[in-house]
Amino acid sequence: MIAQLFFYIFVGILLFSAAMVITVRNPVHSILFLILGFFNAAGLFLIAGAEFLAMLLIIVYVGAIAVLFLFVVMMLDIDFSSLREGAQKHAALGLCLGLVLLLELWMALSHWKVLPTDSNASLTTNVQHLTNTEALGTLVYTHYVLLFQACGIVLLVAMMGAITLTLRDHSTSRRQNVARQHVRKAADTLELTTVQLGESVIEHGGVLRPKGSYNEIAAPGSYGLDIKESEYLQNKEEKGE
Amino acid sequence: MAVPSLLNWAVALPEIALACMGSVILVLGVFLQRGKRFSSVVLLSVAALIFTAFLVLLAPSGVGYSGTFVNDTFARFMNLLVIVGAGCAIILSVSYRVDKNTPLPFEIPVLMLFSTLGAMLMVSSINLMALFVGLELSSLSIYILCAAGRENLLSSEAGLKYFILGSFASGLLLYGVSLVYGYTGTMEYSGLISAIRTVDTVPMGLVVGIVFILVGLCFKLSIVPFHMWTPDVYQGSLTPVTAYMSVAPKFAAFALLLRVMLESFGTMAPRWALLLEAVSMLSMVYGALAAIPQSNIKRLMAYSSIGHMGYAMMGLVADSVWGVQATLIYLVAYLFMNSGAFACISAMRKKGYEVFDIADLAGLSKTDPGMAAALAIFMFSMAGVPPLAGFFGKFVVFAAAWQSGFYGLVFVAVISSVIGAYYYLRVVKVMYFDTPVQAFDHPAPSLVLVFGSMSIVTVLFVAFLGPLMTVAQQAAVALAG
Repeated sequence: MIAQLFFYIFVGILLFSAAMVITVRNPVHSILFLILGFFNAAGLFLIAGAEFLAMLLIIVYVGAIAVLFLFVVMMLDIDFSSLREGAQKHAALGLCLGLVLLLELWMALSHWKVLPTDSNASLTTNVQHLTNTEALGTLVYTHYVLLFQACGIVLLVAMMGAITLTLRDHSTSRRQNVARQHVRKAADTLELTTVQLGESVIEHGGVLRPKGSYNEIAAPGSYGLDIKESEYLQNKEEKGE
Repeated sequence: MAVPSLLNWAVALPEIALACMGSVILVLGVFLQRGKRFSSVVLLSVAALIFTAFLVLLAPSGVGYSGTFVNDTFARFMNLLVIVGAGCAIILSVSYRVDKNTPLPFEIPVLMLFSTLGAMLMVSSINLMALFVGLELSSLSIYILCAAGRENLLSSEAGLKYFILGSFASGLLLYGVSLVYGYTGTMEYSGLISAIRTVDTVPMGLVVGIVFILVGLCFKLSIVPFHMWTPDVYQGSLTPVTAYMSVAPKFAAFALLLRVMLESFGTMAPRWALLLEAVSMLSMVYGALAAIPQSNIKRLMAYSSIGHMGYAMMGLVADSVWGVQATLIYLVAYLFMNSGAFACISAMRKKGYEVFDIADLAGLSKTDPGMAAALAIFMFSMAGVPPLAGFFGKFVVFAAAWQSGFYGLVFVAVISSVIGAYYYLRVVKVMYFDTPVQAFDHPAPSLVLVFGSMSIVTVLFVAFLGPLMTVAQQAAVALAG
């Protein structure tokens, strides 16, 4: 009875948040609703007795994938309202596709018949009276331990590859210097200038970082423009501006 | 379900040791001083391979890890081939310079070690999951190795091309594996045998799955029609990497092909034999014809390896113990002549820069008679001239195919090896009869060691043919007997 109550609570919130994901205007809200949806789906798994799957859903989908989405949405400057512009224009086509998919699902599922003896069976099989986590653990860490370790080495190789192919150890490479970052003060890095109309920052000492911070260790030209300010000003004068 | 005693962990002792040593060498390499780093890492990697080879001989036979891993005579034989091939490639990388002075990044020998580990897992797999994991470990390392010449546009092209096509092939293979699993309900080879024996007519989906697995493996072997990547990747990769990828992963893929086809799907041989016969013929003919217009020696070797894989496949088509034995002997001969030839190619440097044109070899017999003689031996051997290694390799596979009644295949093979002899002998002609051009730099001692020892082995192949036949027969019986 309690389980049924929770089932309906979870299902209700899940459907609600799924609907909100595709209707809210703000993409960040949309992802937060997606995360809410994942949590409720995990709750459904718990009711079904698949506690391992529930935790996996939270760790993998909420912990990794949803956060990745969030990063992408926040980092990239995507104009979501313009992406949605065509939504109403193509609503008919989208509806048709949805109907076709629904029809296909119905055709596929209507041919399934569950044996009468199985209709009351537990959704999760009880392997030698082990819990799900124990059963999976035995499989992955005992029986297939060799494959598990080999997969670990595959990941190690992938990491080596990323480092070998991208790390360039030049004299100009900018390494993080933690001590240096800690002793930095606002005045070392921030310089406020009033720029008159028609001027650019170059007349005020250039677009480079303020002196005395990273410039002294970085090689010339490794920051931003490789243009000499004097040359720039000369060009400007020649053009008669 | 299996009990822990079935774990039998000692059967994978060489693999475990190699993985540990590879990780240790990687960490050491990070901390070593820049000047000595590369040579120390190479030295350690070769030592690790030699130690692994000893462990391969010592490790107990048997099935372990709940039916995912096996160590038998066949696995031991193929593992040794893979290790020797990888060792030669690592030795070739010692003297390799990206430009005049820069040595390779120290990760390259370590990646070769991990790729060898993947190849050894493939060789010993008796489960489709283990097959795939081993294949991915081996291939992923090679994708990185191909792209390792970062300053070189051709190398990046090679890496990207191989990565995209290779991933596609892995996807096909995985699709095949899933179909086979779906229709038989098991991933273990022994389970597949019984699943196929119990049904009267093999379901169509299973056949499709087997074909997909075949396609995936043929891609790794660069068998026609899945060979398109080979010339570009061979040409673009750094020479030691090319030397590596032309031997170790091919042996592993061949071991898989032999094991999967003969062991688990052996009872269905009539259904796949025609397919393999066709690709074998195509590879031989294509390898022979397409190599003729090549002027770059690395591309020539690429087409030559396509052809060689076609010849080696004849033994598998023959579908008999004798056929497997013949294939194994062919692969041994291929290992020696191919590693030696790549050592000679590595020595082709003028003023510190690599040259790859066959025309650059002109008059080598005058400027460097030793290297000319070695390269001539390898070319004659690849052409199949008696009494060199390549002749015996070809002879045994032809005999095996003839014995099993594939007369057409043998006929095509003879014709194509006659055509193939043209371009091998052209290299010899350029070296001995053309007017000398600028001499190569003095070859590094490590290269002389490899092509010297390999040429001796190629010439004296007949001396140890007898023992080799016995060992190969034991390996073949373990597989198909």
